[in-house]
Amino acid sequence: MPILRVQEADIDVGRELEALTRGRADAGALASFVGLVRDTNEGHAIGGMTLEHYPGMTEKALSDICAEAQARWDIIDTLVIHRVGRLVPGDRIVLVGVTSAHRGEAFAACEFIMDYLKTRAPFWKKEATPQGERWVESRESDDAAARRWKG
Amino acid sequence: MVTLLYFASLRERLGCSSEEIALPAGSPTVATLLERLRDRDPRWSDAFAPGQRWRVAVNREMADLATPVKPGDEIAFFPPVTGG
Repeated sequence: MPILRVQEADIDVGRELEALTRGRADAGALASFVGLVRDTNEGHAIGGMTLEHYPGMTEKALSDICAEAQARWDIIDTLVIHRVGRLVPGDRIVLVGVTSAHRGEAFAACEFIMDYLKTRAPFWKKEATPQGERWVESRESDDAAARRWKG
Repeated sequence: MVTLLYFASLRERLGCSSEEIALPAGSPTVATLLERLRDRDPRWSDAFAPGQRWRVAVNREMADLATPVKPGDEIAFFPPVTGG
């Protein structure tokens, strides 16, 4: 079963990845990704951001994405923890972890989960810039990254 | 009745986070619901004008204009997602 959480609190990466692998001696690989808040975006200084989500749908979307990863690759388990609320540059936003017997499957599934999360999980970022707050626009490059996994 | 939810920039633009409305008669879809919303006033017709980028979910699954809607459904409108 995937470990899925949406939380305001910081993510303890070491503790979460330890929990994912504990008691799983069949896992020969653990691939992980940590997303961080940058201090600039499209040429603007970013003082912080507020993340909101769609409670109920978010959990379902993350669960569906992890189930699809399980169906596509021979992986053991998945973990997605995503933060919401107020974040500042340097803060962790998201942690994805995937375990498998061998590294190739874990690397691929981890990248797939992030690409699908970016385009399908209902989170929205509002950035604080010196000019005021603004909603982040979705990027075509994220759609293109998700399309790579089609077919 | 159905529940409509609005998120992020769309919620701010419309000044509304949730509401309950009656369904149009017949075999309503997201498209027929949207026609009703656009008829309200320019704020709504502008937000959902052609060329505006928005997404819709019906009962927490991504949907589209042709998706049927029925009493009790939860229909959410929001901008393209930007998490991660």
